[in-house]
Amino acid sequence: MLTVNAATKRFGGLVAVDAASLEVAPGSITGLIGPNGAGKTTLFTLIAGFETPSSGTILFDGADVTALPAHRRAERGIARTFQIVQPFAGLSVVENIAVGAYLRHPRRVDAQAKARAVADLVGLGGMLDQPAAALTVAGRKRLELARALATEPKLLLLDEVLAGLNPSEIRDMLPVIRQIRGRGVTILMVEHVMQAVMSLCEHIHVLAQGKIIAEGKPAEIAAHPAVIEAYLGQGAAKRLQAAPTGGAHA
Amino acid sequence: MFAPDIILAAVLNGLMTGSVYALIALGLTLVYGVLHIINFAHGATLTAAMFAVYVAQATLGIDPYLALLPITLLFFGLGYIVQRFVIGPASHGEDRNILLVTLGLSIVIENAMLSIFRSDTRSIDVPYAFESIDLGFTFLALPRVAAFGVALLVALLLGLLLTGTDTGKAIRAVAKEKTGAALAGIDVAHIYAVTFGLGAACVAIAACLLMPTFYVTPRAGNAFVLVAFTIVVLGGMGSIPGALLGALFIGVVESLCGLFFGESLGQIGIFLIFILVLLVKPTGLFGARA
Amino acid sequence: MIRAYGPALALIALAALVPFAVSANTVLNFVVFALIIALAAQGWNLLGGLAGQFSFGHAAFFGTGAYAAAILQTRYGVNAWAAFACGIALAGAVGWIIGFLSFRSGLRGSYFALVTLAFAEVFRILANASSVTGGAAGTLVKLDVRPENFQFASRGAFVWIAVALVGFVLLMTIAISRSRFGAWLTAVRENEDAARALGVDTLSVKLKAITLSAAITGAAGALYVQYYLYLDAGIAYGAWISVEALIAPIVGGIGTAFGPVLGAVALHVFGEVAKAVAGGIPGIDLVLYGLLLVATIAFAPDGLMGLLKRLARRKAQETR
Repeated sequence: MLTVNAATKRFGGLVAVDAASLEVAPGSITGLIGPNGAGKTTLFTLIAGFETPSSGTILFDGADVTALPAHRRAERGIARTFQIVQPFAGLSVVENIAVGAYLRHPRRVDAQAKARAVADLVGLGGMLDQPAAALTVAGRKRLELARALATEPKLLLLDEVLAGLNPSEIRDMLPVIRQIRGRGVTILMVEHVMQAVMSLCEHIHVLAQGKIIAEGKPAEIAAHPAVIEAYLGQGAAKRLQAAPTGGAHA
Repeated sequence: MFAPDIILAAVLNGLMTGSVYALIALGLTLVYGVLHIINFAHGATLTAAMFAVYVAQATLGIDPYLALLPITLLFFGLGYIVQRFVIGPASHGEDRNILLVTLGLSIVIENAMLSIFRSDTRSIDVPYAFESIDLGFTFLALPRVAAFGVALLVALLLGLLLTGTDTGKAIRAVAKEKTGAALAGIDVAHIYAVTFGLGAACVAIAACLLMPTFYVTPRAGNAFVLVAFTIVVLGGMGSIPGALLGALFIGVVESLCGLFFGESLGQIGIFLIFILVLLVKPTGLFGARA
Repeated sequence: MIRAYGPALALIALAALVPFAVSANTVLNFVVFALIIALAAQGWNLLGGLAGQFSFGHAAFFGTGAYAAAILQTRYGVNAWAAFACGIALAGAVGWIIGFLSFRSGLRGSYFALVTLAFAEVFRILANASSVTGGAAGTLVKLDVRPENFQFASRGAFVWIAVALVGFVLLMTIAISRSRFGAWLTAVRENEDAARALGVDTLSVKLKAITLSAAITGAAGALYVQYYLYLDAGIAYGAWISVEALIAPIVGGIGTAFGPVLGAVALHVFGEVAKAVAGGIPGIDLVLYGLLLVATIAFAPDGLMGLLKRLARRKAQETR
C-alpha cells in the first residue's frame, strides 16, 4: 500500500528524518513509535505531502507520489489527522465532517449524508449540530478522526489520536479504530500510548533520531534491545534482563 | 551624466533622510517583532506627533528640539495606554483583530486631525531652518544634520535598552516566546504596552526632527510610513539592524532616483522594491525567518 | 430553500419598491451611494469574511473596474454596457494576479494586508501620473442620457440596477455559503493545514475567492463611474474605498451574506446623521466609522447580524 524509500528530511543543519524506509501492508494497522523528537511527525508530514523529502521517494498504491502536494495525495486516498486537533471553529460538528466528505461528494446533500454516516461510525452521531468548538478533548479527537475518514481514504495516518485521553476514553476509542480497519482502511499510526499500540498493531516500526532502528511484530519490538535502549537510555536493555519483571510501557 | 560631486551630495542627503526613516521604521519593526503584527496606526501616530510639535511651536513657542523630550515622553505614555487599555482588550487576543483595531485607530486619529486642523498644510518657523554646513562641494542643511545625529543616537540607545536593561530583556523574551515569558513571570500585557509606547516614542522623536524642515497635513504621516513599511520588509520584519540599514539604503535609493528620474517616480521605485521583496522574499534581506 | 433564500428575496423586493415610495433626489442619491458601497463591501466580505484573507487594498479592484469602464467608453468608444462588463472582468483579472503573486509566496495575515495596501497605492500613484487616466485632472464620461449608454434620466433606474447587482451578489453569497466552495472557504479561513489534509486545494480556493471578490468590488467601481460620470485617482484608488469596503462587513456581520449590505446602509445612515449633527466638520463621519470599527471588534464581534440574532432569540424565548 505505502512504501517509504530512504526518505530524508533536513531543516537547515538538522536531519529530522534520516534515510528512513518503511512498508505498510494493505489492510494492516501499522504502528510508528519512537522517543520524543525522533522525527515521527516529520515522517508523517512527508508521507501526507505537507513537506517534500530532501531525498528519497514515497510510493502509494504502486505510484510515486513524492512530488504531489498534500491535497492531491488526499485525492489519491491518503488522509491524516493532526496531533494538535483544531476543528474549524465556526462550523458545527456535521459541517466539519462534511468538509472532508466534499472531496468525493460535490453536492451538499450527499456530503452531509456521508458526514452523518461517518459521525455515527466514530460515535459523534448524537451531537451533529453542536458547534465544534464546544466539544471536549475526546470529542475533538473523534471529530479529527471523522473528518479524515470522510474523505474515504485508503490509507489513514493517525498522529497520536489517543494522546490526552484518559484510560476509559482510550478504551472507548480502540474499537472505533479497529472498526475503521474492518471497513478496509489501512492505518498507519504514531502513538505514545504503548498498550494501545501493542494491542492494535500487527506491525511496528521504531524511529529514533530520524532512523528506523527496528521493526517487527509487537512482541518482537517489546523485547528488542535497541528499542529498549532508545526509550530508556544506554545499558537499559541489560539492566532489564537482570530484573526480569520489566515490560515495555511508556 | 551627473558629476561625482552631485551624486555624492545626493547620497549624503539620502543618508540623512534615511536616518529619519530609520526612526519611523524602528518603531514599526519593534512592534512587529514583539506583537507579530503590523501596527497600521503608526502613520497616524506620526501625524499626531507632528501636529503636537506644530502646536507646541506655533501656540506655545516651544522650539521643536526643546519639545523633543516632553513630546517623546507624552507619546510613550499615549502608546502605552492605547495598547494596554484599547488595542489589547479590544482584540480578544486574536491577531487579525489587532490588525483591524490598529487600522480603526489610524482612521480615527487621521480624521480627528482633519477635523481639528483641516486639510491645510502647516509648517513652523525656526530661525535655523536655512542654516547649513559648507562641505566645499555641497551644503548640508543644519536641521537635517542634527536629525541624522539624533536618529543614530536614538537607535543606539534603543539597542542598549533592549540588550542591557531588564525591561529590554523582558521585551526580547516576549518577542521570542510569549507563553514561556509569561510562565517565567513576565507581565506580557505590560511588555506589549511598553513596546507600543517605545514605537510611539520613536515616531515622536522623528516628528521633532522632521518639523523644522518639513510640513504637516492630516495625511503627512502616511507617506513616511509607507516608506517605513518598505524598509521593514526589506530589512526583515522585527529586525532592528535590518531596519537601520534598510532605512539608510532606501534613503539613498530615493535620493538617487529623484536625481535621475524625478520626484514622483522615485516613490514608485520604492513601492516596486516593496512589492518585489514581499513577493520574492517576505522574510526580508536581513531577516532570519518569518 | 425558502428558509435559505426567502429573507434575501423579500429584502430585494422591498428595496426595489424604494423608487415608487420616494422621489426626493437626495434620498435616491443616498440609496444609490450606499448600495455602491454595499456592493464593494460584498466583494470584500467574500475574501475577508468567508475566506479569512483581510485585504486593506480593495481600492485596487474598485478603481480598476471604474477606470476600465470609463476609459473604454471615452477613449475607445466601447458601448457603456460592454465597458461595464469589461470593467468587472478586468478587476477580476487584477484580483487573480495580485492573489497569485501573494498567495503563491504564502503571504497571509499582516503581510497580505500590507501587500494589498501597497498595490492599491501603486495604482493610485500610477493613475495620478498617467495620461491614459487623465492624470490628476481625472476622467469625465460624457453626459449623454440614453439607456443604451447606461445613463438614465431618473435616479430610480439606477436604484433598480444597484438593487439588482447587490441582490444578485446577496443570493450568490447565500448559494456559496451552502455549497462545497463555501465549506472550503471556511476551512481555509479556520485552518489551512487541516483543509489541505482533507484534499482542499487551498491555493486554488483562495485564487477563486480573490478573483470573484475583486470582480464584485470592480462592479461597484464601474457602477460608481456610471452614476457620477467622473473619476480621479483619489476616488478610484483612494484608501477611502478600501476602508469602506472593509468596515461595512465587519460592522454588519463578517462572513454573513447580509452583513455587508446591512453594515453599509447602517454606516451611511449613521454618517449622515453625524454630519447633520456636527455640521460641516470634515472627517467627523470617518472618526465615527473608525470608532465604530474598534467598538464592533471589542464588543460585538458578530456585528449587527449577531445582535439581531440575539434579539430574535430573546423575543422567541419571551413569546414561548
